[in-house]
Amino acid sequence: MTEHSKSSPLKLYFGIWATLLLFTFITYEAATIDLGPFNAPVALGIATLKATLVALFFMHVWHASEKLTKLVVVSALFFLLLLLGLTMADYATRPWS
Amino acid sequence: MADSSTIMGLHQEEEHHPELLHHFAEAEQQRDAASLGMWVFLATEVMFFGGMFCAYLIYRHWYFGDFAAASKSIDAKLGGTNTAVLICSSLTVVLAVWAAQTARKTLLIAMLAITMLLGLAFLGIKGKEYKDKFEEHHVPGASFSFEHVPIPGHAGEYANPRHAQIFFSLYFVMTGIHALHMIVGLGIFSWLFAMAWKGRFTPEYNTPVEISGLYWHFVDIIWIYLFPLLYLIDRHP
Repeated sequence: MTEHSKSSPLKLYFGIWATLLLFTFITYEAATIDLGPFNAPVALGIATLKATLVALFFMHVWHASEKLTKLVVVSALFFLLLLLGLTMADYATRPWS
Repeated sequence: MADSSTIMGLHQEEEHHPELLHHFAEAEQQRDAASLGMWVFLATEVMFFGGMFCAYLIYRHWYFGDFAAASKSIDAKLGGTNTAVLICSSLTVVLAVWAAQTARKTLLIAMLAITMLLGLAFLGIKGKEYKDKFEEHHVPGASFSFEHVPIPGHAGEYANPRHAQIFFSLYFVMTGIHALHMIVGLGIFSWLFAMAWKGRFTPEYNTPVEISGLYWHFVDIIWIYLFPLLYLIDRHP
């Protein structure tokens, strides 16, 4: 797989590029439709999908030779989610009291 | 393993690449160290932008209607175009890295040049967007004005200008810091362009192209989140 992708990854790169453009169009159009409570999850879901494609294939996390690289990526995401998750767990539940 | 030092000594004697620093055993190790360093830097960038995204989420949660009204005043077509421009630049960056790794000098130079042109196009479109905001008095400060702007989906209700001003503060800080990263990226790519022109990058040594590419893709990822969060909050009629 690594050998193959090193010889000609061009098809993959153009495929990812087309997918990213398609999802940009979808997220733009989806924003004009009222999805009720699903507006934000759909927009953020598409953004996360696009970001994952960029990280895995354009930034080569998928084929990263160093396991440490993957560790850094996962820990950055973990601490980001800790920050956003715990903060919003506070603010979102304040009206309950 | 016993004569690893001998082998290493021979290795350095035989094919010591001018770019291989003496404290690295081999080019592969030097490449991995540089790449890891860039990834650790990007992890700190995640935290840096994370703080702003966190502030954004809290205020969006509190003042959702005002945020939706303010978001609707920004031209989403310009934002969408800029998203496409950055995605195209990410493609040219990944092609530049591939060109450097496969000794295609002309392609490398062309891809670096197109990347910079796309980066400049992004900043130009951003400038147009900022100009519109200045003319509409949507820049936070003494001349800020956001009177009688209806809240989407709530007939007869108007956005609170003070809350809308918080949205625009976040909008200008987040897109401004992002644009600053683009400008830094353009500086890095100008340097890469000059090095590529001199023929410094080879299949054995192309780490600068690769890790600068990581930086460029990361800035693209930040924009991938900024676009729906700032431009597309509540667009439906």
